[in-house]
Amino acid sequence: MNSDEKAKRLRGLQEKVNLIFREIDCIELLERAIKEDPETIIQKIIDSGLRGRGGAGFPAGLKWKGAKEAAGGIKYVVCNADEGEPGTFKDRRILDEQTDKVITGMAICAHAVNATEGSIYLRGEYNFLLSKLSAKCNTWNTIFKDKGLVFKVGVKSGSGAYVCGEETALFESMEGKRGEPRNKPPFPVIAGYMDEPTVINNVETLAYAAMIIADGPESFKAIGTKDSMGGKVFSISGDASVKGIFELPLGMNLQEFVDLFGDDDTKAVQVGGSSGVCVPRKNFADTIIGFEGVPTGGSMMLFNSTRSMYHVLENYLEFFEEESCGQCTPCRAGCQQLLKGIEAVRSGEKPLSYIEKLRDLAQVMSVASKCGLGQSLVNPFNSITRYFREEICY
Amino acid sequence: MMLNEIVSTAVKKFGVGREQLLPVLQYVVSQEKWLSEDALLGVARAFDMSAAEVYGVASFYSFLDTKPRGDYVIRVCRTVSCDMAGKEAIMEALEKTLHISVGETTADRKFTLLETNCMGWCAEGPAMLVNDYVYTGLTPEKVVDILQGYMAGA
Ligand SMILES: Cc1cc2nc3c(=O)[nH]c(=O)nc-3n(C[C@H](O)[C@H](O)[C@H](O)COP(=O)(O)O)c2cc1C
Ligand code: SF4
Repeated sequence: MNSDEKAKRLRGLQEKVNLIFREIDCIELLERAIKEDPETIIQKIIDSGLRGRGGAGFPAGLKWKGAKEAAGGIKYVVCNADEGEPGTFKDRRILDEQTDKVITGMAICAHAVNATEGSIYLRGEYNFLLSKLSAKCNTWNTIFKDKGLVFKVGVKSGSGAYVCGEETALFESMEGKRGEPRNKPPFPVIAGYMDEPTVINNVETLAYAAMIIADGPESFKAIGTKDSMGGKVFSISGDASVKGIFELPLGMNLQEFVDLFGDDDTKAVQVGGSSGVCVPRKNFADTIIGFEGVPTGGSMMLFNSTRSMYHVLENYLEFFEEESCGQCTPCRAGCQQLLKGIEAVRSGEKPLSYIEKLRDLAQVMSVASKCGLGQSLVNPFNSITRYFREEICY
Repeated sequence: MMLNEIVSTAVKKFGVGREQLLPVLQYVVSQEKWLSEDALLGVARAFDMSAAEVYGVASFYSFLDTKPRGDYVIRVCRTVSCDMAGKEAIMEALEKTLHISVGETTADRKFTLLETNCMGWCAEGPAMLVNDYVYTGLTPEKVVDILQGYMAGA
C-alpha cells in the first residue's frame, strides 16, 4: 500500500467508529440520562457489550450492576486516570479534550448505582492537567446541583507509582497509604474506596459509557466483533509510519494493523504495553486484536528489524523490578531474578538453556503473585524469549 | 516560607484526615521540592501519626522525594519508545550541560537529574518533565536551550 491508500483505508476505519472524540452536548445527555431508571441505564450498558478499556476487560454493565446491588452507606465512582502502562497515552488526550464526556460518564454511573461521590485519580506525571480538571469538576458540581443529582466529583493526584493503577492499590493511595494492592475478594464493587461499594473504570470506559447512553447500545454493538464490541482508542508508538492516538474498531487482525501503521519492516508488535504479549511477524495474520485474541489497554509498540529484542525485554524487566511494590515474594524476588537471569545469559555466565528455568519462574509468578503486576510479567517474558530466543544471547 | 508555615498552610488547606496525607505531602514537595526529616516530623505531628508511618508512605512514591532535590527536577523518560527515539543522547546532553550524572543535584541546588518510567508521550519521544512541565520531541540542541532558559530564569 502506498501512503495515499493507507490514509484512505485509515479514514475509512475511523469513520466507522467516531465516538470518543465526537463532540456532543453533555448537559443535554445528563438531563436525559437522569430521567431514565437506573435499571434501564445498566441494562443498556450490559446490552452494548462494553468491556473495561483499562486492560482487564471486565464487562462494565455487570460491574455497575454489582455496585448497585451492594449494600453500603455511601457509594463511590472512581475514574482510573493513572495510565502508567508503558506505551499507553490515550487517556491523557481523552481527559484533556473530552473532560465533559468523562465526567458525564461518571455522573451517569453514579445515577445508575446510586453513588454520591466521585474521584478522578490522575497520575502525577499528568499534573499539568490538574488545574483544568479541577475547574471542570467545580463547573459540573454546580450543574449536578441544578439538575437535582446528588453527586460530587473531584480530582486526586498520584505521585509516581505504576502499581497505583491497580484498582485496590489505587484505593489505598486515595486513602493516604502506600499503594500496595489488596487481596481480592472482596472486589471493589463490594468493598472499594474506604471499604465501601465502588465502581472503578478506566477513562475510556467511562467516555464510551456516556456515548452508549447518548446513541443507544445498538450502534455500539454494531462495531467490532462478537467478543470485542465497540471501538478502542489505540496508542501507537515505536517504529511506526504513523504514530499517535487513533480510535479504531476492535477485532482487526495484526496484519491489517501493521499494513496501516508499520514501516514495512515490522518484526514484532508488543500488544498491551510491557505487561502484554509480543507478537512476531509470522503470527500477525492469525492474531486478532481484541478479547478473543490479544487484549490490549491500547498500547501498540512496533519494532523493526534493527531493534534488539533483548534490549526491549531488559527495559521491561527493569521497569517491573522498579515498580513492583515488593509486598509479595514471588513478584519482588521474581522480577529481580528474571532481570539478573537474562543478563547472565547475555554475558555467557549462564547457558542459553537457563532461559527455560527463567520461563518456569515467570510461570510460577503468574499464579503465585498477589496482583496483576507480578501475574502478567509472564506475557512479555515468555513471548519474547520464545520468539526471539536467539536474540537474548547475541 | 518557613517549613513549619508550609506544613501548617497545607494542613489548613486539606485538613488532617488520613486520606489527606498525600495531598499534604504533595503540597510540601511543591514548595520545598523534597521531604526533609523535619518536614516528615512536622506532618506526622499534625496528623498525629508516627514519623515512621509517614516516611513509609512518602518513600513509596517516586515523586515524594526524601532526598534533597534542586529547584528544577528533571525526569527523563527511560521507557522503550523514548529510548528508541534517542533518549541516550538527551541524557548525555543534560549530563554534560549540568556537569552531573543521573540521580545527582547540581552544587547550587538548582537542578536534579533523574530517570523516570513511561510518562505517556511515547509517540512524541524523547520526552522529559521539568517539575510538572512536559517537553517532547527533544533533541540534544533543544535540551541545551531549555536548560539555558531555566539557568537565566531565576
Ligand atoms: C499493575 C497494574 C496497573 C494498572 N494500571 C491501570 C491504569 O493505569 N489505568 C487503568 O484504567 N487500569 C489499570 N489497571 C487495571 C485496573 O486494576 C482495573 O482493572 C481498571 O481500572 C478497571 O477499569 P475498566 O474495567 O474500565 O478497565 C492496572 C492493573 C494492574 C494490575
Ligand atoms: S504482585 Fe508485585 S506489585 Fe503486586 S502485590 Fe505482589 S509485589 Fe506488589
